[in-house]
Amino acid sequence: MNQPASAYFIEDRHDPNETHTLAVLVQNEPGVLARVIGLFSGRGYNIESLTVSETEAQKHLSRITIVTTGTPMVIEQIKHQLDRMIPVYRVVDMTLTRRSIERELAMVKVRGQGEHRVEALRLADAFRARVIDATTESFVFEITGNTDKINQFIDLMRPLGLVEVSRTGVAAIGRGPEGM
Amino acid sequence: MSDKSHDPNQMTGAAMIVRALIDHGVTDIFGYPGGAVLPIYDEIFQQSEVQHILVRHEQGAGHAAEGYARSTGKPGVALVTSGPGATNMVTPLTDALMDSIPLVCISGQVPTHLIGNDAFQECDTVGITRPCTKHNWLVRDVNDLAKVLHEAFYVATSGRPGPVLVDVPKDVQFATGTYHPPRKSDVHRSYAPRVKGDATQIRKAVALLASAKRPVIYSGGGVINSGPEATKLLRELVEVTGFPITSTLMGLGAYPASGKNWLGMLGMHGTYEANMTMHDCDVMLCVGARFDDRITGRVDAFSPGSKKIHIDIDPSSINKNIRVDVPIIGDCGNVLGDILQVFKAEAKKPDIKSWWQQIAQWRARNSLYYKKSNDVILPQHAIQSLFEATRGKDTYITTEVGQHQMWAAQFYGFEEPHRWMTSGGLGTMGYGLPAAVGVQVAHPDSLVIDIAGDASVQMTMQEMSTAVQYELPIKIFILNNQYMGMVRQWQQLLHGNRLSHSYSEALPDFVKLAEAYGAVGLQVHKPADLDGAIKEMISVKRPVLFDCRVAALENCFPMIPSGKAHNEMLLPEQANDEATAKAFAGGKALV
Repeated sequence: MNQPASAYFIEDRHDPNETHTLAVLVQNEPGVLARVIGLFSGRGYNIESLTVSETEAQKHLSRITIVTTGTPMVIEQIKHQLDRMIPVYRVVDMTLTRRSIERELAMVKVRGQGEHRVEALRLADAFRARVIDATTESFVFEITGNTDKINQFIDLMRPLGLVEVSRTGVAAIGRGPEGM
Repeated sequence: MSDKSHDPNQMTGAAMIVRALIDHGVTDIFGYPGGAVLPIYDEIFQQSEVQHILVRHEQGAGHAAEGYARSTGKPGVALVTSGPGATNMVTPLTDALMDSIPLVCISGQVPTHLIGNDAFQECDTVGITRPCTKHNWLVRDVNDLAKVLHEAFYVATSGRPGPVLVDVPKDVQFATGTYHPPRKSDVHRSYAPRVKGDATQIRKAVALLASAKRPVIYSGGGVINSGPEATKLLRELVEVTGFPITSTLMGLGAYPASGKNWLGMLGMHGTYEANMTMHDCDVMLCVGARFDDRITGRVDAFSPGSKKIHIDIDPSSINKNIRVDVPIIGDCGNVLGDILQVFKAEAKKPDIKSWWQQIAQWRARNSLYYKKSNDVILPQHAIQSLFEATRGKDTYITTEVGQHQMWAAQFYGFEEPHRWMTSGGLGTMGYGLPAAVGVQVAHPDSLVIDIAGDASVQMTMQEMSTAVQYELPIKIFILNNQYMGMVRQWQQLLHGNRLSHSYSEALPDFVKLAEAYGAVGLQVHKPADLDGAIKEMISVKRPVLFDCRVAALENCFPMIPSGKAHNEMLLPEQANDEATAKAFAGGKALV
């Protein structure tokens, strides 16, 4: 049997890591984001992506969407640890519901001339990316989609003169008529 | 304006704080003044309902409040100033978080317009204490203060109890606003701890218990936190089922040490019978404990053949370290009541005679054995003598952290909850002396003893001065072996006997030190003098420093070497060099 590296080591090492998207509904009050982020860093959890904004101003509610990775046991822990925080209303594992839509927005700056420029525009069209800024030697594209689509688009832009990328991180919502 | 001046609920922020304390039934607080809390101290000066105990260091205030809380079941309250006052509270707050102790800390802050300016005695108190409190608040508007204070008391004491901190800038303390008494709407709607256990899960648990052949009940501090009803129900459950019971360090006293089903404490320095019972059981009922690494030992070899039931009010405790089969989220007392009801109605006491026979064989190994001496006092013997001398008395025990703490847990028998105050999760050296101060404030006529080590006790020794000032007759019973005993034990076992910085050189003369503080100093060297000296210590109605000189090189056994399983305990008679080297092989990297 493998000896665990430490008695504190809680993960079952044989379980593979999974990626989960969590939607966290919180009271929008000072420090709430610091609490959530502090939980992740303090307990050694991963944050792949984090998006936060107030969603219901009159009720002071914010929605935080976190993409995290870990073994099933760790993911379970993360949800419980989030849920027990005082200003947290609900934690929903969007990945487990299997009925959620995830979107991300990216702005991609590409610099180039001649054939590269034409190719970039052609690919942008195929990916339904919009041109939101242009000069004679550059474009800024706006692209929306799931993380994979955006990664793929960025990879394609790289040889065509990719300058920089700004991404929002993942936002997620459930399908169907029911709210969270 | 003129109307408002007659409104009794119009008051300053500082007055609101004192008023809220009174409204929450607080009679004693522990604190230390400073610039950013002067308005609050001014209010304290002008009233007599809340007694303020002046400590000598803010850490002392925190631990005293913890001792007060754990011995009464009520929240402990500490009041400290901004900057260093707040940072000195970090240790007690973390300690209370780890051990689920209800603590309300009020800290002063620099005026709101100076926050962020690196003002004198400014620090980001809510930022620093965020990970070491259950929740904390910075109050920027005096009209929010009443609500926040009431919520603070509710959060600290409800669900899984814990420490909270309210940071109040000085201008908010001076400002006038509207106070209101506690009301339900003061609490976040998002905070609603679950108290009642799920009925289906409870039925599953009862079915498992009723079919058990080799059961064990493993209880923890949650039972004590839940209140006297939970303790009563736990004892009844043991009676009704006839099951053996063990407990964590935090849970001692929930089931009486003299009870016939008692196995002793489990875990790293638990008894052989408790750990073997845990390892070989087929059904485990964990009540209000959290499968901490000091309990489980090696996790992949922890009680491999058992079905596990886990009752806990905190869902994040479930499946954190050990996967369980029947989790029940709820308050221990509430769930135990439901389990008992279903068990009594639908199940009968399982026949576990052969299990008890097996346990009797483990007990016969006498794992707490030590060899007494006529020449030197063995630390175990000192604790046993102390226990005998205080048996039947109204006694509260606190400890520091180290070997003496483990010996106290092994050799002092606790019959009731709330009688045992020790830093379990965080392992804070220096906890015991200020905790004893807090316990004595709560129970002025009781016998309060801090079982201490010579190294730990020096960490918060200054609180002797507090004890003398308030005529708190605490007894500091120092097992003086002139070492940081537990550090040395690990160096002997894991680091080739290289005793790096674990020898207490230049120890003070504790008798003279006691006298310098205006307390009583006693010293004993010989086993023959021990009982008489303990008697004298108990009869003195003043604070006592008791310097009990014990065998210097005695180590704490039995022991589960770190990284090993419950059935790989090292017993005292086996602890020769060779066996020790073998037992600890590979465990060096572990804590």
